[in-house]
Amino acid sequence: MTALARRRVLALLPFGAALAAGGGFWAMLSGMRHGSFDPHDIHAPVLDRTVPAFDLPAQAPGTGFSSADLRAITRPVLVNFFASWCIPCVQEAPVLAELGRKLPIWGIAYKDQPDNAAGFVARTGAPYARIAADRPGLAAIDWGVSGVPESFLIRPGGRIAWHLAGGLTQPVIDTELMPLVARFGG
Amino acid sequence: MRRRIVVMLALVLALAAAPWSALAVSDPAEMLPDHRQEQRAEQIGSLLRCLVCQNESIEDSGADLARDLRHVVRVHVARGESDAQIMAWMVSRYGDFVRLRPAFSATTALLWAMPVLALLAGALAALLGWRRRGATAPATRPLDQREQERLAALLRGS
Repeated sequence: MTALARRRVLALLPFGAALAAGGGFWAMLSGMRHGSFDPHDIHAPVLDRTVPAFDLPAQAPGTGFSSADLRAITRPVLVNFFASWCIPCVQEAPVLAELGRKLPIWGIAYKDQPDNAAGFVARTGAPYARIAADRPGLAAIDWGVSGVPESFLIRPGGRIAWHLAGGLTQPVIDTELMPLVARFGG
Repeated sequence: MRRRIVVMLALVLALAAAPWSALAVSDPAEMLPDHRQEQRAEQIGSLLRCLVCQNESIEDSGADLARDLRHVVRVHVARGESDAQIMAWMVSRYGDFVRLRPAFSATTALLWAMPVLALLAGALAALLGWRRRGATAPATRPLDQREQERLAALLRGS
């Protein structure tokens, strides 16, 4: 390589680096816009694990449940962490009510006053087959819950097949949740 | 009049700041009685991300979840577990994202090695630059007769 050619290559090097970095940033930003990349996403390590051990008391108007109950299920169950003080839970409620006709949903009231949680269930018509209370919020930590609402699909045998940190929406239910429910015999 | 405005302003600012200062300082009741254990818990907590306010450690955050996680860390410290055990407990629940300082692994190797790599690249570039400058520097020769006369004239200032 002649000296001139080498200098040309060296002069183009910073532009090449800037172009590569720009391409990378563009891919990240467009991924964030389309939802395929989310730097704030907490990838739940509980996926494909058996439900963590817990035994929670009942929350009116339902009966409580434990990890043993979830290990004994024969059809998929959706475990939904909720709280009366949580606005996205109110937004999620109509979708949840509709989903309850197709899939059993077990609720866990997270860090909530029993009266407030019971009022929330009555008000929103949340279709919980069973409701447990996690007032200290410590069982939720074992699930890797970072906020409410948060949902986990449990397949027969008590393994966690799917996880969503945030409110359920109809597109997510149609494209992600229900295909899995069908696969695991719902 | 002006003084009254200043006093009012100070009051408004103090009121606005009050809830924040209450949030930032954790409840002394949370703290472990043993000072050394408490320091260790704070050290571990400062390396754990609050999953609610994601750029704060659980020691800095006022979120409910951060308070629960601080409590959990203290329970484990009081039980005599090692830092690595407590970190592993957290990572098994919240994943690597919970670490504010990423662990060294295959995916983070480039990240951790970057300062050294950048330093090496810089040193290499500097070395190449120096060598080339040495090679292309003009050869020096003593001044000839005419140049010496001119220099002498310049130095005399005429």
